[in-house]
Amino acid sequence: MKKLFSLLRGKYLLMSILTPLLIIGEVIMEVSIPRLMAEIVNTGIQNHDIAYVTAKGGMMVVMALASLAFGALAGWTASIASIGFGTEIRKSLFERVQDFSFSNVDRFSTSSLITRMTTDITNTQQAWMMLIRSLVRSPIMFVSASVMAFSINRRLSMVFLIAVPILITVLTLVITKAHPRFKHMLKQFDSLNAKIQENLIGIRVVKAFVREKHENNGFEETASALRDAQMRAEKLVIVNMPVLQMMIYVCILTILWVGGKMIVVGDMLTGHLISFISYVNQILMSLMMISMAFTMLVISKASINRIVEVLNETPDIPDMAEDDTPIKDGSIVFDNVSFSYTGDLSNCTLSGINLTIHAGETVGILGGTGSAKTTLVHLIPRLYEVTDGSLLVGGRDVRQYRQETLRSSVAMVLQKNVLFSGTIRENLRWGNPDATDEEIVAACKAAQAHDFITTFPDGYDTVLGQGGVNVSGGQKQRLCIARALLKSPKIIILDDSTSAVDTATDSKIREAFKKELAGTTTIIIAQRISSICDADKIVVLDNGQIDAVGTHQELLKTNEIYREVYESQQKGVA
Amino acid sequence: MPPMPKGIRKPKDAKKTFFRILRYFGDYKWQLILVCLLVIISAGAGVVGTYFLKPIIDAYIVPMIGAQNPDFSGLFSVLVSLALIYLAGALSTYLYNRIMITVSTGSLYKMRMEMFSHMQKLPIRYFDTRTHGEIMSRYTNDIDAMRNMLSQSVPQLISSSITVVGVFSMMLILSIPLTVLVVVMMVTIFGVIKVVGKHSANNFRAQQKAIGAVNGYIEEMIEGQRVVKVFCHETESKEQFSHLNDSLCGAATRANTFANILMPIMNNLSYIHYALTAIIGGALTIYSLKQDMGIFTLGLGALVAFLQYTRTFAQPITQVSQQFNVILNALAGAERIFALLDEEPEVDDGYVTLVYATVDADGTVQEADHRTGLWAWKHPHQDGSLTYTLVRGAVEFEDVEFGYEPEKVVLNGISLYAKPGQKIAFVGSTGAGKTTITNLINRFYDVPDGKIRYDGININKIKKADLRRSLSMVLQDTHLFTGTVMENIRYGRLDATDEEVIAAAKLANADWFIRHLPQGYDTMLTGDGSNLSQGQRQLLAIARAAVADPPVLILDEATSSIDTRTEALIEKGMDRLMEGRTVFVIAHRLSTVHNSHAIMVLEQGQIIERGNHEELLAKQGKYYQLYTGMFELS
Repeated sequence: MKKLFSLLRGKYLLMSILTPLLIIGEVIMEVSIPRLMAEIVNTGIQNHDIAYVTAKGGMMVVMALASLAFGALAGWTASIASIGFGTEIRKSLFERVQDFSFSNVDRFSTSSLITRMTTDITNTQQAWMMLIRSLVRSPIMFVSASVMAFSINRRLSMVFLIAVPILITVLTLVITKAHPRFKHMLKQFDSLNAKIQENLIGIRVVKAFVREKHENNGFEETASALRDAQMRAEKLVIVNMPVLQMMIYVCILTILWVGGKMIVVGDMLTGHLISFISYVNQILMSLMMISMAFTMLVISKASINRIVEVLNETPDIPDMAEDDTPIKDGSIVFDNVSFSYTGDLSNCTLSGINLTIHAGETVGILGGTGSAKTTLVHLIPRLYEVTDGSLLVGGRDVRQYRQETLRSSVAMVLQKNVLFSGTIRENLRWGNPDATDEEIVAACKAAQAHDFITTFPDGYDTVLGQGGVNVSGGQKQRLCIARALLKSPKIIILDDSTSAVDTATDSKIREAFKKELAGTTTIIIAQRISSICDADKIVVLDNGQIDAVGTHQELLKTNEIYREVYESQQKGVA
Repeated sequence: MPPMPKGIRKPKDAKKTFFRILRYFGDYKWQLILVCLLVIISAGAGVVGTYFLKPIIDAYIVPMIGAQNPDFSGLFSVLVSLALIYLAGALSTYLYNRIMITVSTGSLYKMRMEMFSHMQKLPIRYFDTRTHGEIMSRYTNDIDAMRNMLSQSVPQLISSSITVVGVFSMMLILSIPLTVLVVVMMVTIFGVIKVVGKHSANNFRAQQKAIGAVNGYIEEMIEGQRVVKVFCHETESKEQFSHLNDSLCGAATRANTFANILMPIMNNLSYIHYALTAIIGGALTIYSLKQDMGIFTLGLGALVAFLQYTRTFAQPITQVSQQFNVILNALAGAERIFALLDEEPEVDDGYVTLVYATVDADGTVQEADHRTGLWAWKHPHQDGSLTYTLVRGAVEFEDVEFGYEPEKVVLNGISLYAKPGQKIAFVGSTGAGKTTITNLINRFYDVPDGKIRYDGININKIKKADLRRSLSMVLQDTHLFTGTVMENIRYGRLDATDEEVIAAAKLANADWFIRHLPQGYDTMLTGDGSNLSQGQRQLLAIARAAVADPPVLILDEATSSIDTRTEALIEKGMDRLMEGRTVFVIAHRLSTVHNSHAIMVLEQGQIIERGNHEELLAKQGKYYQLYTGMFELS
């Protein structure tokens, strides 16, 4: 929470302080107006003094104008303060997430991060605006109107001593009772939405098995549960309004009865009676506003908590290198490396990995789903931190490099890869912002992408939609490879990056790699044996452990898994 | 907090939609009429109550000032009637809110139910052309807008209008000259609302656009965060974000400022009005005490009541103007909901039904009332006679042509014949039309009469539900539902016993892993079975198809997301499942199809090669190229 409020600084902090001050001004003007009215009646009309009436009336106009100015200014400063606050939160949240390592993102999931940065920030922003406006305004209004009422007539003010506690009790009771009911209602909302979502995703299954009626019955249950929950929650809240009305009415009646008698016997003046009625409204309404604002605040609390969670999350992989040593060569050594996503060594994803890769070698990695191939290569550019053992790149532990240095020498083509909205050229320049057109074309030729790019009417300036939606899977993969090549890395890792590319093109890419990336260490993860069979070294992974290392011929002879995979792919070639 | 106009969307035909909503709430006609009455009483009580200040002050308090033995019985009885009016008002407020809850929760429930069950009836085509988010927002945003309108805006609108009309009439009764001032104020208020509203709307539009840009960027960068890391692109993305964020800040500040200042302006304009009324009214009262002023006559009590009215006048006007946007928004939402409800459901004019059957010794087919392991098509004819045809699983396509859109042909001249118990495979690139063929068999999409026959019967004559019950599908993306493993498998046939479910799981080779789950068959699956691996999900889908025990099976890329070694494990279960059934297999990977009776190679909606594995290899055509890796499917 402290972290959140440290973002409220400079201009926005100033405006956040100024807003309540302006609102105090507005409220003081507002509560003075009924007082002046009382004087108009008591003195002006009583003495038939039109000049007095006009003078006091003029004062009221001035006060109303001042109140208007204060109020409008407060509206302005409040929006500067809260929107600014929201902007700062959004900025630091975004920057924080950019600094997250893979394991941090795993913990939150992408969609939840997006909600936190959009909806939750809007809620927090609105809550702050309400806090510095309404939640300041109402208590001040309550106090100053009460002071005014007491100063006019102590005895008559006793009526508030009865009405206010009753109202507070009812409002508090309703809020505390309603809160769990609303929570329950929101839960029912979630399950209703989940039900619909599930149905939309599985609509073909529903239809294929003719389960429409079955689904309808299930939905009816959820929908009626929601209806009942909603009913239970709202039933309580609607008590507020009539109770408030009732209290206002009771006060007015009492004031008229007691006050009326006091006027007749001369204990009070008519004008005071009139101002009193105004104060009833101001005092009781402000209580209502406080309770409403409070409810809103409780609702936004969940959003605030979710934001704070992200702000408090420290990036798992700190950059602690003292010097910026460049990477000597593309050699890689896994020295008894173990890795666990939870950091718990008894539940390892990878264990006891020993592997030496010389600079310039081509290494294939093979293994079934869940054998931790991807995890293994993620450790090389230090996207995850090894849990035990050490990993050397260019003869030095990866933790001793600056992350930027390490990652600009290790190019990685991810399995689930993403292109960004923008032109093809802009996307390719992610690899190297200063790449010349010749370099770009060369990289694309090596990745077998140049040919299809030039068939587009706009060539390299073709605009890609978000996520690269307008190119096919195979084309996307080739663009991603070209993007990685532009880094001119010492190590390049292809994580199942040619799965959607046909075998002929695939082999062309590998040929180009051999020719142009002679000195670059190449690591290829593949499902197809044909993609890796001519590698210098093939690593067979099984269940997070190295089952065997060898060439294609060696493994065919000695390794059972490798042979099985080979045979399963020979039966039907793919 | 001022209501946030979330990019007001205007309804196309507000009047028509409004009346349709009204018709919708026909069940609650009496409640709604009662609500209207109660709102009138509730608002009226406030208006009338204030008017009482005049007689109380003018007749019961002021005249008695200084009296020797003041008689308070008059004041008392007036206050008693005022108390009754107030009580009626507060009670009405409670009652109409209470009734509105019943009406709104009840009608929203009805609306949701209708939407959902209608959605179930819609053809697959509907879901193909819309994103899930789009359909979801009918249930969330649009229903929410309706809820706001029903439970808040409509009662408030009625109440505000009554207050405005009531107050205005009372003002006229109290003092005509002061009412002239009210009219002047009203014009000013409308002017302010118009000016501020216009600026506010413009700025909100700008804000909406900026939010769209920022949220889009957030989505893209968070989704691509791993790529950002790999390319050390953090600094650039932070810079670009900061830029977008700043422009959002500017737009949002302007938009919110206009929203924020409206209330204080209105409130204080009303105070200015109050002050002006006090000056003029004060003067009139003073003159009235001295001489007869005609219509300008004003007593102190009347002035007090009038002043109270000026304070209650501005608020409902502002409210009406704000609720108006909420209502427009809700109408637009209702229009989209109605569009969903008006969507044409799947047509089903089939009359041939699926029944359990027994076969007599002489070969005649009889209908049975229990599960016999055999099914028959019950075919009523025009002359009133009935024939039964045993379900065997023969499927015939005769020169089928089809396109999802009329001008884009997906299938062209497809003819094929699957004999009962045969395994037919379709091979081809994405978009070649493989899945479309299976979509036609189970009538997710319809083709003209007589082109597809099932056991010799034109499938358009078969009732859709029965047709689909006789086919089972295992799809590429396995969809599981929230519930236990047992319930998910039982989805294939709801009356299957636990033993039958377990037997199906064993058949699909799924039993061993299910038993290793924490609660075995009672393990809860949530979020589309996200706690299972892809292979395990696939096995459950196969078990689900097995428990349905249909004569025809469709496997649409059922094993494509499983690696080849895992596939070998599933294969056994698959083989057992396929035994004795007509099977259509769609595959990307050729290892899955090589033992088929017939393989169809599809290209651009046409069968370009057909035959079994050996025949096709001998042909040295496309299939041969695929098999030898010279060509890869995309």
